[in-house]
Amino acid sequence: MKRLLILGAGTAGTMMANHLRKRVNPADWRMTLIDQYPKHYYQPGFLFMPFGLYSEADVVRPKRDFIPRGLDYVEGKVERIDAEKNRVRLASGGSLDYDLLIVATGAKTAPDQTEGMTEGDWRKRVFDFYTFEGATALRRALRDWQGGRLVVHISEMPIKCPVAPLEFSFLADWWLAQRGLREKTELTYVTPLSSAFTKPICSEVLGHLLRQKRIQVVTDFNIARVDNERHRIVSWDEKEVPYDLLVTVPTNMGDAVIERSGLGDELNFIPTDRHTLQSKEHPNVFAIGDATDLPASKAGSVAHFEAEVLTKNLLHAMREEPLEKDFDGHANCFIETGYGKAVLIDFNYEVQPVQGTFPLPGLGPFSLLKESRLNHWGKLAFRWIYWNVLLKAAPMPGIGHRMSRAGKQLPAEALQAGAAA
Amino acid sequence: MPQKQINGFNIDINDEGYMTNHAQWNREVAAALAQEAGITLTDAHWRVLGFIDKDFKEKGVVAGMRRMNKVGGIPTKELYALFPDGPIKKAAKIAGYPKPASCV
Repeated sequence: MKRLLILGAGTAGTMMANHLRKRVNPADWRMTLIDQYPKHYYQPGFLFMPFGLYSEADVVRPKRDFIPRGLDYVEGKVERIDAEKNRVRLASGGSLDYDLLIVATGAKTAPDQTEGMTEGDWRKRVFDFYTFEGATALRRALRDWQGGRLVVHISEMPIKCPVAPLEFSFLADWWLAQRGLREKTELTYVTPLSSAFTKPICSEVLGHLLRQKRIQVVTDFNIARVDNERHRIVSWDEKEVPYDLLVTVPTNMGDAVIERSGLGDELNFIPTDRHTLQSKEHPNVFAIGDATDLPASKAGSVAHFEAEVLTKNLLHAMREEPLEKDFDGHANCFIETGYGKAVLIDFNYEVQPVQGTFPLPGLGPFSLLKESRLNHWGKLAFRWIYWNVLLKAAPMPGIGHRMSRAGKQLPAEALQAGAAA
Repeated sequence: MPQKQINGFNIDINDEGYMTNHAQWNREVAAALAQEAGITLTDAHWRVLGFIDKDFKEKGVVAGMRRMNKVGGIPTKELYALFPDGPIKKAAKIAGYPKPASCV
């Protein structure tokens, strides 16, 4: 009997386990899923926690609840992937040999990558909301907020859910206004990119939101260090932004096991074929979700679409058939804009976000790249869909892994020049 | 898509002046784009441009500061000295690639 190993029971790994359990004959393939952590977090919910909109119960479930029967689940830490020997060594001392390996070890924040970030101000004036602990601590800090300089900051790209810091800024504007603190708060958005909206159509359609909400934008800011004494972030070219409360998105990196195993790039992301999801170095290794170096968003929707393609390709690999170059970079994300509204975007490697309707051409009910209350309700409903449909790899009728161009207004510039081919 | 003539070559560009067809890029075009940005290309500049080119073909995106540093071996301070105020976007423009972007 042959063996398939899946490393990581987060969003992508859990979906793969559920897809493959339904499609693979257990008499031919033994499947093993390994993860060191017992809790599954609904990460999109971290955005809402600092504002008291979601609590722990909304975003945490036991991982085991989503893992199908009929495959081995090992709760343990992986010490090393020895891809030359097709073997995974566990920290507990044992090892597992594999014929096929899926790496779904995700990405995590690495605040220690920025000088001074984890020093005196950390979790006192400097917070992240990309971890459960960070979002919880920020909730407490916001409860005590009386006004001052609130700075939302991205350390470097790529980050998980690249729209989350914008959403945080929009929600902060709304939340502060509700509490009568908006006039007492200077809200600043600091990005290493050359604008808050970098895609021409998004910039044209959504650019007014920042002005309307009086959010100041500092661009081209590449952080060199956090000055804890003077409460400032300092860039490599010595620009400074003072803060009373810094909400930062620290550097995002792939899991340390990828570095230990020599399988990653400078951020521990795995060089992966952007259409087949096969490792560029090892033909029997595949990567999915945030663990890859794909030029696609690191988002749950991307993992969901990738999982459909990877399931097909794993079945091909099991039968020693050629792989399908079928992943197109499809992503689909709701962007909260505050005051009970949200924007929806649907895009891929080649097509940037545009206006239109989704999923049904002309009918919607969701509107693309346009604020609406229904989009906000869609975002809230998504939590239920995540726990009950997506993680279990149940079908999503009408939404395929290939991005549909129907229902989209596609001017010539919507096709991204130089996009990953 | 707008077009422009530069150093005797026709190139397609977007509204911000970034080339939209890399096939039209060559060293003379790069030198002229650099001049527009107030930069005279030296060997040190070419090392950065060469890395961006090689890396884009492999990764599909313009390398960030960390990758330039760790993989390309180009110190951050040097990048700022060569391409002042927003080195990555300036270097990307001269290398004929899109400016580093997010999903929106």
